[in-house]
Amino acid sequence: MIGLTHYLVVAAILFTLGVLGIFLNRKNLIVILMSIELILLAVNINFVAFSAQLGDLVGQIFAMFVLAVAAGESAIGLAIMVIYFRGRGSIAVDDVNRMKG
Amino acid sequence: MSYAEQLSMTLPELVLAVGAIVLMLVSAWGKQAATRGVSIAAVFVLAGAAVALVGNGSSGGTAFDGMYRADAFAAFAKVLIYLASAVAIIIAPRFFERTSGDDLKPEYPVLILLSACGMGMMVSASDLLLLYVGLELQSLAAYVLASFMRRDTRSAEAGLKYFVLGALASGILLYGISLVYGFAGTTLFNDIAIAYAGPRNMGLLFGLVFVFAGLAFKLAAVPFHMWTPDVYEGAPTPVTAFFASAPKVAAMAMALRVAVEAMGPAVLEWRQIVIFAALASIVLGAVGAIGQRNIKRLLAYSSINNVGFALVGLAAGSAQGVAGVLFYLAVYIVMTLGSFLIVLQMRGEDGQPVEDVASLSGLSRSRPALALALAIFMFSLAGIPPLLGFWAKYAVFEAAVQAGLLPLAVIGIAASTIGAYYYLRVVKTMYFDEPAAPFGREPALVEGGLTLAAAIVISPVSLFLIAPLSAWSLTAARALF
Repeated sequence: MIGLTHYLVVAAILFTLGVLGIFLNRKNLIVILMSIELILLAVNINFVAFSAQLGDLVGQIFAMFVLAVAAGESAIGLAIMVIYFRGRGSIAVDDVNRMKG
Repeated sequence: MSYAEQLSMTLPELVLAVGAIVLMLVSAWGKQAATRGVSIAAVFVLAGAAVALVGNGSSGGTAFDGMYRADAFAAFAKVLIYLASAVAIIIAPRFFERTSGDDLKPEYPVLILLSACGMGMMVSASDLLLLYVGLELQSLAAYVLASFMRRDTRSAEAGLKYFVLGALASGILLYGISLVYGFAGTTLFNDIAIAYAGPRNMGLLFGLVFVFAGLAFKLAAVPFHMWTPDVYEGAPTPVTAFFASAPKVAAMAMALRVAVEAMGPAVLEWRQIVIFAALASIVLGAVGAIGQRNIKRLLAYSSINNVGFALVGLAAGSAQGVAGVLFYLAVYIVMTLGSFLIVLQMRGEDGQPVEDVASLSGLSRSRPALALALAIFMFSLAGIPPLLGFWAKYAVFEAAVQAGLLPLAVIGIAASTIGAYYYLRVVKTMYFDEPAAPFGREPALVEGGLTLAAAIVISPVSLFLIAPLSAWSLTAARALF
């Protein structure tokens, strides 16, 4: 029987993968965007699982809001990435270093 | 309560949202030519939102089934937010005009308005859903503002870093919110407080830790501060001034409301986190600033340092502590905006911005008034009496001592002397070093006037402000308890 705990564990694993993806990835900024998406979707699994468990709709409504915000966030992230690429000609994470100290 | 009555409580946000949408249409049709008109209109919209706070906007009532609170606390924070946003709009045109690269576009004031609307929702939210939506509205507008100078690679890099770390912070906060929702069974602050008052379980505790980690990210408190110096250096200076003032107030007010209203019964748990973040921010903000050559980076570390002092008041967890934090924020935004106004006036002979601390050498001889104003801000940030910055620090430390956190206050005060070192070094550079190339002379009526106003507010002339301001902040803080 698959219960609440299973969902929470899956969400926790996805969340950890997303956070690690942001910090360990040295190659590509697109991967960072994907990692952020992974974090938000892990949260959504949490919300929906809790919502079903509690018999309360708020969690599912929250998940819809998160989806909408995530879409806006990706759009802005990609836009910033495009102007960054225009200036620098690269989206490698290691090149994001004009400011140090 | 009727629906119209509930809507009237959210009038400040309605004014901002409708104003922003109308001005966005105007700027879509008017293009570049509309910039000036849209900027002026945006300042009036902010003033209108501030006027809308009078009456139902600060009546202390709750709207929309307890999701939105229009109390004195929110009103206090909103006044500071609108003030800082208006200054950020007013100082922008000259900066973009004089700096080669990108022009100011009419979208700039619109984005500030949207951000201010989101910040208003953050400080009024008494439900996790509204809190999240307000926070994202503020953040998404701020990411775009950071990378507003599209042709400048530093600005684009600042936007990118702000975006990635801001999105991570939202993710962490959201994960905490999902755990709190799951184990408390609700997203309303009042009901969450009931859950925290009951038997504690691991889920609630984890939720609390994640929520506070997310909040610390938004506040730029150590250990989640690493994005601040880069973003502050790379973003256009008016935007940096905005980041250092309004969103700080909003994030801190939101943290206060979450800590007191939603997680008040768990004060012993979150106090440990807040004390650690406060001390680490004070020390690291002070030590990190010592080696900085760039004035914007220096002020970034100064903002980390100041957030630490404000968190000391939160650690007290009492009405007096919250009042101290509000008092601190009010003084802090004036000092910070004043400092950035002076950074805006640092321009070489060719009119391009200079950001080197060394270029301030001998400023007391070439521009005595400017040097005196910056000296006032620096002395005040260092917490030297009788300037207002001292009374702000006094308020938070007194609250901490009253709450029995004597060691915290002692370490905090000792660490503030490290901070005094780099503030005083700026003063020394201006007054005792051999003069560097003087700044280009140009009339800067707007910046000059605002700097003068900020300097007068901070100077001992305004000591009479302390009594009404602390009374007002105490009234605001009582609304939370």
